[in-house]
Amino acid sequence: MSEKLLEVKDLHVTYRTDDDNVYALNGVDIAVEKGKTLGLVGETGAGKTTLALSIMRLLPDRVGFITKGGITLEGRDLLALTEADMRTLRGSDISMIFQDPMTSLNPIHTVGDQIAEVIALHNQQASKAEVERKVDEMLEMVGIPAIRKSEYPHQFSGGMKQRIVIAIALACNPRLLLADEPTTALDVTIQAQVLEMMNELKQKLQTSMILITHDLGIVAQICDQVAIMYAGEVVEIGTVEDIFEGTQHHPYTVGLFGAIPNMAEESPRLHPIDGLMPDPSVVLPGCPFAERCPHAQDKCRESRPAPVAVNNGMHRVKCWLAKSALEG
Amino acid sequence: MTAPESSQNVSVESRLRKYRKKSQFRTIWNRLKKNRLAIFGLVLFTLMLGVVATADLYYSYEQDAVAQNLRLRFKSPGKVPGHPLGTDQYGRDVLARVIYGGRISMFVGLATICVSLSLGSLIGATAAYYGGKVDNILMRIMDVFLAIPNILMAITLVAAFGTSLFNLILAMGLAGTPKMSRIVRSAVLSIIGTDYIEAARACGTSDMRIIFRHILPNAMGPILVQATQTVARSVITVSSLSFIGLGISEPTPEWGAMLSAAKSQLRYHPYLAVSPGIAIVMVVVSLTLLGDGLRDAMDPRLKN
Amino acid sequence: MLRYIFRRLLMLIPVVLGVALFIFAVMDFTPGDPAVMILGEGATEAEYAALRAELGLNDPLLLRYGRYILNALKGDFGVSYRTQIPVFQEIAARLPYTAVLAIVSTLIAVTIGLPVGVFSAVKQYSLSDNFALGCALLMTSMPTFWLAMMLVLYFSLKLKWLPAMGVKDWTNFILPAIANASATTASLLRMTRSTMLEVIRQDYIRTARAKGAKESTVIFGHALRNALLPVVTLIGVNFGAALSGTIVIEQVFAIPGLGQLMVNAIRTKDTPMIIASLLFTAIIASLVNLLVDILYAYIDPRLKAKFSVIKRKKVSA
Repeated sequence: MSEKLLEVKDLHVTYRTDDDNVYALNGVDIAVEKGKTLGLVGETGAGKTTLALSIMRLLPDRVGFITKGGITLEGRDLLALTEADMRTLRGSDISMIFQDPMTSLNPIHTVGDQIAEVIALHNQQASKAEVERKVDEMLEMVGIPAIRKSEYPHQFSGGMKQRIVIAIALACNPRLLLADEPTTALDVTIQAQVLEMMNELKQKLQTSMILITHDLGIVAQICDQVAIMYAGEVVEIGTVEDIFEGTQHHPYTVGLFGAIPNMAEESPRLHPIDGLMPDPSVVLPGCPFAERCPHAQDKCRESRPAPVAVNNGMHRVKCWLAKSALEG
Repeated sequence: MTAPESSQNVSVESRLRKYRKKSQFRTIWNRLKKNRLAIFGLVLFTLMLGVVATADLYYSYEQDAVAQNLRLRFKSPGKVPGHPLGTDQYGRDVLARVIYGGRISMFVGLATICVSLSLGSLIGATAAYYGGKVDNILMRIMDVFLAIPNILMAITLVAAFGTSLFNLILAMGLAGTPKMSRIVRSAVLSIIGTDYIEAARACGTSDMRIIFRHILPNAMGPILVQATQTVARSVITVSSLSFIGLGISEPTPEWGAMLSAAKSQLRYHPYLAVSPGIAIVMVVVSLTLLGDGLRDAMDPRLKN
Repeated sequence: MLRYIFRRLLMLIPVVLGVALFIFAVMDFTPGDPAVMILGEGATEAEYAALRAELGLNDPLLLRYGRYILNALKGDFGVSYRTQIPVFQEIAARLPYTAVLAIVSTLIAVTIGLPVGVFSAVKQYSLSDNFALGCALLMTSMPTFWLAMMLVLYFSLKLKWLPAMGVKDWTNFILPAIANASATTASLLRMTRSTMLEVIRQDYIRTARAKGAKESTVIFGHALRNALLPVVTLIGVNFGAALSGTIVIEQVFAIPGLGQLMVNAIRTKDTPMIIASLLFTAIIASLVNLLVDILYAYIDPRLKAKFSVIKRKKVSA
């Protein structure tokens, strides 16, 4: 059993706005092992980005609150740290890549300066020359000629911008990289390049990663473990083999896979999942998927299912209908 | 239908009802209602409008605002019953003059916005709709007008044509036209590319109809916000012009003119300078709050 | 970069000429016969006619306009109808007062408006933010001349700290500058606050925080520079407002500047003086706007890299 780098236990996050309280996360449990990649899959609004921001403790000020639960990094309680201590972790131990490369870079700083900033922040004693050397190194690593470091973000294409973002994120050799849909805003060919580059770097630097995506294809390509999120909860979690091949699944997972058009079959229509995600400002007593679930029973609507271990190993499904591996 | 399914349908239905788009105006009005400052502005302005409109019920213009009564000169506020704000250098009641002055300011403000809006819409819509050279030329002309600060434009026109009410309104209307034309132009431009308009054209709708039924309603929001600002600005501009003697003058009770007269009495009768100024501030504050509230109601992203 | 400056200058010329034409054409409608104004009532009809011919008053508008521009380029703006003194001389004598007033007002507006705006944005919804906004609201709602009178009432007449009139020494400029600065300070404050609020919500600010940067670095190193870009343009517009504000302020404080000259000229229908003073004011405002646009191009790297882009004039928010 590999060592756990990150553990999130029973995390509850609420956004308090003028109009409503939005319950973004309702008891999330995940774990990331050292050197492994966890894919976080789910529809828009499932809470994936909120989870990532919570780990970084970058929830919007005054609006986002962690109301319950714990996050530990190598045993260290992240929620107990002061802001100053958290800042020493950000960028150097935990890094995050955001979704839209077009707006993630400061338009009035050179790309070299933006990479240098994160290096200098966490290496106070380093000389300017050393920092610059590292900047060059990172740029070359992501496939951008180091000469271009004095150029501004608007002079780069979308794909290159994202590579610069990745360079910033990996510059201080973080142990955990949070990648929030890093390739969604890019076109497919660039997507493949960037993903491959991320994979290589990840292996080279032994970085653990949480990859947020709604694309199951990417999950199959890169991830070691997968967590399926729905309405602020993790409804199924396991290794990639468990999720893609295993025998028992959460009905939502079945729906997700079913919705992928099958090239081999002929079919007159696509098979989306009926219905919509529940209103996040309302706390439901039962399973959040109940009203869309084709197998829903009264018990599902009344009480929240507990996670059930369906194989030997870490595959767990949060459904009343899942049969525990222990039961047989 | 079995019981679980119908209750399932009901809950989905109710959630969909919540998501269904309310009419745009109602949403904006609802958001506006929550903004207490904006409502305060709206209420205050409406109150003032009401007081000014009904002034003839309890005052007579000739008697109270214009007729001189030299025995009652320079009475401080509160000294003489019936004159809560005192009397001026000719014995006229200050409160009555302030209220009638309000009538003039409101009238000028509204007339100005009419001029700005009609000219601005015409220019802006034409520029956007026909694009190309027409757009270029019109916007260049607007740039020339923009290079001249508001009050300068007004002064120029007044210097040449004289200080009549009509000229003042025309001058300020012209000064406000470039901004309005920009707003209308960008509203038209934002829609013109859309397939929505292509579809309307394909149905055979005439250009005019397209502009009025589809484009202008969309521009209503920014236009309203700009309108509140223009009216507020024009109140200040008129009073400034009257203050320096290039606007409305005696015996008409205009706030700026009243302040001009008060200036020479500043040492011994300072109270004369207070009430007209406060009146101006009240009008502009209420309009500004209303305009800001409207702007926030239309674009709540800036709040959270 | 120089190409950009040159291009902007080139674009300024038609605008200035347009403004001049507008003023000239409008002033043409002024009632009154210049010949009568110059020679007085007593001259004969023949003398009037001769003077009119000499001054070229019977020529078509565009010809007169062209002649005026050509003369203006040589520094000859005509002669006052009233005093017979060359217009340029009068303006040159008075321009310094107005210029000082406008510049000081703008400086006050920038030094107070910008920092308070940033502070307000960072502490959004706090008591100080609301207080600052309330003050800004009041300041934009007060006519500058009224504020001026209230200031005079309190600081000159009651407290006797500052002079109310004239231009004896630098203290004479304090109250006028403050009064003139009020509206522009408020507008800069609000603009800075709103651009800061917008910038703080941008993704790249989140990136900066994710790097572990200190909050002060995030605000000043990342957000502020971006937020100030549109504010800089507003400063140019505000200078124009401050400049035209002096017209009224000079009346309150009896400062012998360009504004006072203009108002008197209008009262006495002294057309050459009116045209020239209007023109000067408009040109100075345009020049400052141009300078500001150039400055903007300098500090925005996106423009610096594309120096050949033709920039549209920005309109204030």
